[in-house]
Amino acid sequence: MEPRFSGTRRYIADEGLLADVNAAVLLGRPLLVKGEPGTGKTMLAAAVAEALEMPLLVWSVKSTTKAVDGLYHYDVVQRLNDARFGEGDVRDLRRYIRYGVLGQAFRAEQRHVVLIDEVDKADLEFPNDLLRELDEMVFHVPELDETVRAAHRPVVIITSNAEKELPDAFLRRCVFHYIAFPDRERMKRIVDVHLPGLPEALLDAAFTRFYGLRRVEGMRKKPSTSELVDWLTVLARAGVPPEDIVTKFPFSGILLKQEADLELVKSRR
Amino acid sequence: MLLPLLYNLRAQGLKVGIGEWLAFLEGLRQGLATNLDSLYRLGRALLIHSETHFDAWDLAFSATFKGVELPPDLREQLAQWLADAMAAEGGRVPVGFESMEELKREFEKRLREQKERHDGGNYWIGTGGSSPFGNSGRSDGGVRVGGKGGGGGAVAVADERRWQGYRTDLTLGVRDFKVALRALRNFSREGQIQLDLPGTIQRTAQNAGEIELDFRPARINRMRVVLLVDTGGSMDPHAALVSRLFSAAAELKTFKTFDIWHFHNAPYRYLYRSYENFDRTPTGEVFEKLTPEHRLVWVGDACMAPWELFSSGWGDAGPTGFDWISRFARRCPQSAWLNPDPPKYWDHPTVRAIGGAMPMFPLTVDGLKRAVQKLRGGAAARAA
Repeated sequence: MEPRFSGTRRYIADEGLLADVNAAVLLGRPLLVKGEPGTGKTMLAAAVAEALEMPLLVWSVKSTTKAVDGLYHYDVVQRLNDARFGEGDVRDLRRYIRYGVLGQAFRAEQRHVVLIDEVDKADLEFPNDLLRELDEMVFHVPELDETVRAAHRPVVIITSNAEKELPDAFLRRCVFHYIAFPDRERMKRIVDVHLPGLPEALLDAAFTRFYGLRRVEGMRKKPSTSELVDWLTVLARAGVPPEDIVTKFPFSGILLKQEADLELVKSRR
Repeated sequence: MLLPLLYNLRAQGLKVGIGEWLAFLEGLRQGLATNLDSLYRLGRALLIHSETHFDAWDLAFSATFKGVELPPDLREQLAQWLADAMAAEGGRVPVGFESMEELKREFEKRLREQKERHDGGNYWIGTGGSSPFGNSGRSDGGVRVGGKGGGGGAVAVADERRWQGYRTDLTLGVRDFKVALRALRNFSREGQIQLDLPGTIQRTAQNAGEIELDFRPARINRMRVVLLVDTGGSMDPHAALVSRLFSAAAELKTFKTFDIWHFHNAPYRYLYRSYENFDRTPTGEVFEKLTPEHRLVWVGDACMAPWELFSSGWGDAGPTGFDWISRFARRCPQSAWLNPDPPKYWDHPTVRAIGGAMPMFPLTVDGLKRAVQKLRGGAAARAA
């Protein structure tokens, strides 16, 4: 029986997400998670790893990341340097091959969870360069003339902020999950995990304000979960009375990071 | 049984490939879908690749499964759920019912009706949003059918069309525009000088290990874009939409050159930087500076009185508005016209005329994407 993911104590997942995670694990396909910033995309991988009791490897993608970085890196410069200054055994090529996140997961004795975080940050072609590696979980190292084949197919979780369109061929191989923004009910449970025991009146007032802000038309950057948690922490520490939250909107800079948004909210009052 | 779903999806314009369909069937074989809810979830996760297509998926799913008959054993399970649920409620009678007995009678009556009426899809116990029997939780009281709360019946969820707002062929924001415009980048090595590591290694190796540095220019975007926008009059209702396109374009500082010109209805003798301070340049002068390398993006509803398009405007002699448009289109073959009016209004003499001079696309994310493909010289683009 395959291990099944059912959420963890720290991570509140809805039923749809659980179903999609389990489908991805069972079918051995990468899970592509999309959603607004602050909906817990990155945390999902940690939660899955914890629940399935597998080690987690994180590959944070940047604009300069190349597909081969996740597989291995042949440290030519080091070898050149060693050859020049006569350090170590330069004939042993293996010493200069460093495996990337996928390489490590493929070579591991145990099944891993691999998080490819913010895949859309990289070049438009980046996902296409990983197609075979993710499909067959195999890659070739020409320098050693060796093929690295995954002994245990890792559970691959990929997150995207929709900054760039992902190529069709890549999408076709993924299980797709879109994290919708949590509603009040679920948000309450999420907040409760991070800040247990906040007074109900404070939460109610803050939520009303928060969801009101999210409905404002023309907002440049809508406040998200992480900002709400920060805001609630400050409100609770400062001991702001609930009625003031609605009327005075204290510490608004925590929720609204853009000057234009603050102005917009001010002008509407 | 599932094949109609595939055809309904394709009818919705979703190109579901064999690979995903097989994965979907494999998921079914592995027992990942045990009821309509999980079928809905599994299908969406494997066959749909963007939240913008969720609405189309909902429509296809609902078209396929609305009115599907409940298997007999499910009816028995429903009866069992009712018994369990009533025990769990602890005898509290839901709003609208006199007693538990009445609730039970009504439940059984509906179950019976369902058995008799084979088309009874919209009367299901367990899916109706306002039915007292079900798990979508809309009703003040009643019996929740099924295990955990949270998910409504799949068909009911599909019918709600809660993903409608995510469709890209209907809505669009600055970000969507940016993503679409970004595809216009065209890189070449003309920028600042950078250290070329592979080159350095190559030369160092050839130099018998003595370090030799190599440099080369960085990549920069060569794309030159000119935006020509119809302002005022019939374009006023689209002002918000057009301004979004502007802010997206303005924030993309990656083009080699990027110019914006305004005109009213059609370009006549002058093009305007801005109407407010009467900052204008003769159209001919703008035209002379264009090269076939320039990409022209026109934005306008193209809808006006025919004489406005086919005259030189305000008593001027010289080329007509349409002459200018055709000249621009000939000089810059990579041109596209974005029309904020939906295509159903395009059956108009001036719209047809302009659409004949260059490809016209609706001002939506999908339209912009196709326009960008055209501007890149992609063969895949087709005029709407």
